Amino acid sequence: MKIHEHQGKELFRKYGVPVPNGGPAFTVEEALKVADSLSGYPLLVKAQIHAGGRGKGGGVKLAKNREECEKYIKQILGMNLVTKQTGPEGKLVRRLLIEEGCKIRKELYLGILPDRSNAKICIMASEAGGMSIEEVAAATPEKIIKVFVDPLVGIQGYHCRQTAFGLNIPAACQKQFMQMLTGLYKLLVEYDCSLVEINPLVLTEDDKVLAIDAKVTFDDNALFRHKDIKEFRDISEEDALEVEASKFDLNYIKLDGNVGNMVNGAGLAMATMDVIKLAGADPANFLDVGGGANAEQIKNAFKIMLSDKNVKAVLINIFGGILRCDRLAEGVVQAAKQVGIKVPVVIRMEGTNVEIGRKILAESGLQLINAVSLEDAAEKVAKTVA
Amino acid sequence: MSIFVNKNTKLVVQGITGSEGMFHTRASIAYGTNVVAGVTPGKGGQKMDDVPVFNTVAEARAKAGANASVIFVPPPFAADAIMEAADAGIEMIVAITEGIPVMDMYKVKNFLKDKKCRLIGPNCPGIITPGECKIGIMPGPMHKPGGPIGVISRSGTLTYEVVHQLTQVGLGQTTVVGLGGDPVNGTNFIDCLDAFSKDPETKGIVMVGEIGGDAEEQAAAFIKKNVNMPVIGFICGVTAPPGRRMGHAGAIISGGSGTAQGKIAAMKAAGMHVCENLGTLYKLCEKVFK
Repeated sequence: MKIHEHQGKELFRKYGVPVPNGGPAFTVEEALKVADSLSGYPLLVKAQIHAGGRGKGGGVKLAKNREECEKYIKQILGMNLVTKQTGPEGKLVRRLLIEEGCKIRKELYLGILPDRSNAKICIMASEAGGMSIEEVAAATPEKIIKVFVDPLVGIQGYHCRQTAFGLNIPAACQKQFMQMLTGLYKLLVEYDCSLVEINPLVLTEDDKVLAIDAKVTFDDNALFRHKDIKEFRDISEEDALEVEASKFDLNYIKLDGNVGNMVNGAGLAMATMDVIKLAGADPANFLDVGGGANAEQIKNAFKIMLSDKNVKAVLINIFGGILRCDRLAEGVVQAAKQVGIKVPVVIRMEGTNVEIGRKILAESGLQLINAVSLEDAAEKVAKTVA
Repeated sequence: MSIFVNKNTKLVVQGITGSEGMFHTRASIAYGTNVVAGVTPGKGGQKMDDVPVFNTVAEARAKAGANASVIFVPPPFAADAIMEAADAGIEMIVAITEGIPVMDMYKVKNFLKDKKCRLIGPNCPGIITPGECKIGIMPGPMHKPGGPIGVISRSGTLTYEVVHQLTQVGLGQTTVVGLGGDPVNGTNFIDCLDAFSKDPETKGIVMVGEIGGDAEEQAAAFIKKNVNMPVIGFICGVTAPPGRRMGHAGAIISGGSGTAQGKIAAMKAAGMHVCENLGTLYKLCEKVFK
């Protein structure tokens, strides 16, 4: 799960990670109120969306006085912000972060994340702050420091020293830096974060360490033990269909093609998308109905898939294991009657109770195109949209 | 012959009295698996059908002689269950549970380092040696006993599809291992490749990978050096958009790494047979293995 920068900074404060004074705002009035409560100009007006590259897209401005501040607030709030990460359609800015500016001496990069290759927590840091770490990794990989922490032992002094000396942190800032790093590590572990990233982390002219940005993402599997983080969820930042799907425990991701597909199991769902493409058509979505789908879920899956107006045909590919084919067939019949399916549906079933399932479909009176194998299914569905 | 599990495997089911645990225990027993015990804390002394239930894994091992465990425990308690089994000296631990917090698995992975046990999963269908031992949730009947093909996969139903196609063209399986779709898992491709290449009955391997991480690239490098039998590789997720988690927690393309294209290139470079279209996998298997 993603959260906004201002929410990330709220967590930073809780863990003793220094951030500039400031606060969020949803209206022009609120934003000005926040601005007036701060210690003076310059102030930053920052768009809050779940995507990076905001500065270059015009979503971050430095205001030298109140007049400018008001101008930028009005300009950014409600704008459609297009960045490298939003795609060409952009994102509507619904909230701002107003915060104090600072005099920057040096910009650094700092990220902490679990490293799947060795099951350690990786502290990644670089003196090339402000640039994306992917760019640094591609151009000058030797400028990236990596320090690994065993999660059973936790962060020690030497991890902090290795990082601090590796970044050439001046003596005056070292203690602050190490305290901050320890705080960030604790945040990551205690809140099950999948990433904590500060880019840039700055050293100011008055020798302070300050997190100018905050990117924090969370492991969805662990949200059950973090009710406070669940409250940070901003549904307006997510795809409406995907939000709807998640209510029914369906895993749905919208894509650009015109062949809807419904599959049980994530791997088989990806492979089904791939065979649709190989047959000459384009998948309209990824949709995993999961292992234990029932008739109700299949009906909802149909509704969500068909609410995408690009969908011109549907391919159902189920390999019955826990989800038995007869149960799937019942779900399809119910859904067809209640939802009203107006596009061709190709259905391929295999596995547990497949014979009973086929019989249910055959006797339903529905116009379904039966496929005997995955190969057959992909060819048939591609033909219907050709 | 087979790898990891066979007719001598004595299974304990952790979470045996839950609905999932009960359902799949019955299916495993019906398939012929030797289920010697179940564990549900607080229900020690009871029975699930004819299977004795214990409070702890240590007890199940001491009193029923269990040497393998399967875990159907809900996500918040699953990491604890894995560590309990390892601490009790269970040699083979198969974790079916989907949705275990990543940080819990990081701890488990480090905890298991000095233990003499193998973890398969989590978030996996399990492992089956057809005709001998089924541990997990896969449908039994579609498998064909006797080999000569070993199957290794990161996915569940996708594995069923592969096994189904093999059986359809008369190619049996020695052992089928589901590694699981999580970013951190116990057994990896290399562990299985190594075991299969030492198994006299296995004459060929199908390896099913997906986007995310670099396990397939490492496996390809291992195959080039160490495996002297034909290996067919398949990767799903060619059409997956970057930056999105495709159902499995581990299936994500990030920062240009973990792409299907990169994995396919690595497999080709290692001299593997690459299946480009899952729909026609059976044709390639006939060509390569027959």
